[in-house]
Parts: sequence; C-alpha cells; structure tokens
Amino acid sequence: MAELNTGDGGGKKGSKKVRSKKGNNKVDLTAMVDLAFLLITFFMLTTTLSKPQSMNLGLPDKDPDKDKNKDVKVDENRTMTILLGDNDKLVRYVGLLATPVSGGAPKEFAYGKDGIRKELLSRKDAVLQYTGNKDKGMIVIIKPSKKSNYRNLVDILDEMAIVNVPTYAIVNDFTPEETKLLGEPVSAAPAATPANP
Amino acid sequence: MKKKSTSTDMTAMCDVAFLLLTFFILTATAKVPEVMPVDTPASTVQTKLPEKDLATLTIGKGKVFFDVKGKDVRVRTLELMGDKYGLTFSDDDKNKFAVMESFGVPVQNLKQVLDASPSERKSIQQPGIPKDSLDNQLADWVQNARIANIEKHDKELELAIKGDAKEEYPVIKRVMDILQDQKINNFSLVTGLRGKEK
Repeated sequence: MAELNTGDGGGKKGSKKVRSKKGNNKVDLTAMVDLAFLLITFFMLTTTLSKPQSMNLGLPDKDPDKDKNKDVKVDENRTMTILLGDNDKLVRYVGLLATPVSGGAPKEFAYGKDGIRKELLSRKDAVLQYTGNKDKGMIVIIKPSKKSNYRNLVDILDEMAIVNVPTYAIVNDFTPEETKLLGEPVSAAPAATPANP
Repeated sequence: MKKKSTSTDMTAMCDVAFLLLTFFILTATAKVPEVMPVDTPASTVQTKLPEKDLATLTIGKGKVFFDVKGKDVRVRTLELMGDKYGLTFSDDDKNKFAVMESFGVPVQNLKQVLDASPSERKSIQQPGIPKDSLDNQLADWVQNARIANIEKHDKELELAIKGDAKEEYPVIKRVMDILQDQKINNFSLVTGLRGKEK
C-alpha cells in the first residue's frame, strides 16, 4: 500500500548516475490519516458520552400549612411498602403492616434483578388482576430510613422505572413498628419475619 | 500484465479527517475539575441532562456545593446574592465567578475563593454552603439563580441533585426539602450509566 513512487519505474537501470532526480512530490499520508481518525474517534466519543445521565423525580406538592396536607386514602390491597434500611437492607410488606394481605408479610429482599424486581413484577400482575382496571395499578410507598443512603434510593427508583410501576411515592414518616422492622437484626432465617401475629 | 500501483492518494482523505478533527476539538468543552468528586449511583434510566438552564447541587460528605450553567446567569446570580447579603463584588470577581467550577463556601467567604488562582482553589477547604434553617444560603442561591435565569434566558431553571452514593438519606432529604419549600417539585437526580442487565 504505502510505498513511495519513485518517479521512473527503474526503466533505465544502470544508466548514468542520476544527477538531478526530479523531487518526488508525493508524501505518504497514511500514517497521518490514521492518526487523524484516531483523534476524531476519541473526540467524538468523549463529547457524546460524557454527558451525565439523569433521572427525573417528581414530588407531590408540599404545603407549609400542615393541616392542608390531606391524607390520601388508598386501597390497601394495591399498596406495597418498601422500607430502606442501613447496610442495603430492604424490607417490604403488602397492604397494612398489621394486616398484610396473603403472602405480604414483612420480608427482606435484596436489591436488583433477582430480589425485589421479581417481587414487584409478580405483585404488579396480582394487583392488576385484583382491580381489573388498567388505570388502577400498584402503588408503591418508598420509605427511606435515616440510615439508608442515596444509592439505595436511586436503586429503588430505578427499579420503579424498570418495572414500570404506575404510582410510587417517597414517604418520610416511620411508625414505631416499621422502625422496629428495620432496626432489629433479622435472625438466622432470612425468610418472613412477621412483626405482628 | 501491467502491475497496478497500490498507493492511493490520501490527500483528500487527510483533509476531511483533519477538518472533522478540528470541528470536534472546537466543539468539545473542557471538563472542569470537580472540587468535590462524587461517586454517583448507577441507574438504567437514560435521560440526558440539559446543557443549559441547569443548576446542579452536588452533595457529598454532608456538604453541598452549588453550580449553575451559563456565564450571564452566574454573574446575575452573584449580583443578586451580593445585594441580599450586603456584599459588593467587583467586575473582576464576577468574571472569575462566571468561569469558576462549583463552589461550597458561605457567601461571605466567597471572595477568598475567587481571589485564589484556580490551582490554589483545590487546596482551600470548602465547608459546603450553609443549609440549616438559621442560615439558609443554599435556598437563596437556588432562588436567585432561578430569578437570574428567568431574567437572562426567560426560562425556568432546572435543578439537578448529584449525590454521592454513600451519602446518607437525611442530607438528601434536607436538600429536597429546601427545593420543595420553593415549590420545586420536579428535579433530576444525576446518575451514572448501567447496562440493562446488572
């Protein structure tokens, strides 16, 4: 590919010593082009990929006047509450804590694909079957405790986006029972730990 | 059989390549060094942050840093903050502020940071912007940046929270509350990129 064309193709071999060989005006540009394209690739990738990703979060209106914040009543059969604790602990229950729906007793889950996501997906279908109305899907209440960190919050919001939960909310107040649920180290059995008999 | 020459004329290709190269170099914006590097948590959501009309609140180690895009907005924000806290900033200060990276000092100490050279700034201990209820400068920064952005660009400022993954939730909540007090109920959380399947 890249050889210099020396003017005459060696036709007159052995002729007299070339005195004034016409200067070859072709320069090999291959290496230069290689380099240029390498740099182009670099700049293209860095400009488009360096833009930070973001996730949109809408919070409900907050009225400074406490009395005006109306409590919204929802069907407990549609709700799932997710408690975020320290050390990446996650506990969920379905329905009310005192009277969870069947299979909805407080239980610890792991973050990610094989943990909470499976549960969310199956619950989502169950709720749809229960209501029989597409507009009335699952409601997830996310309660991050004081010990949870920001990664936990983003992770769980990300799960909401992946599973496509129609309604979810971040709620900050904890009942004493819920604190207990997170605070107490779950004993050897990682399965269901019903807080209330 | 005539032997064909294998060399091609690269001149045109070279021209094009360098033209593109120049274009990309010029359009690329230099990354400003972060005063406080944070490790953002990953997510699969792939919304890009807007390039302008954006203010970023960086949260890490309990401290909050503030940054707003756009030189004109920054200058106006600084003027408004100066008015509010009875401080005067010279034109030189404003110019420095316009090109500065994010900062995390009380507005009273801002002049020290502005006077320092960019290389010295790294060594200055920045305690974060005060955000408690007695001295809530963060709320003022956000408020004034919003006013400035509407004045300059006639657009509502968007807010983004860039938190460190290990940051504890109460700090994040405190910042969200400050935003909510100003009726900002919609904002972005800056995240890193993660593949579809973990």
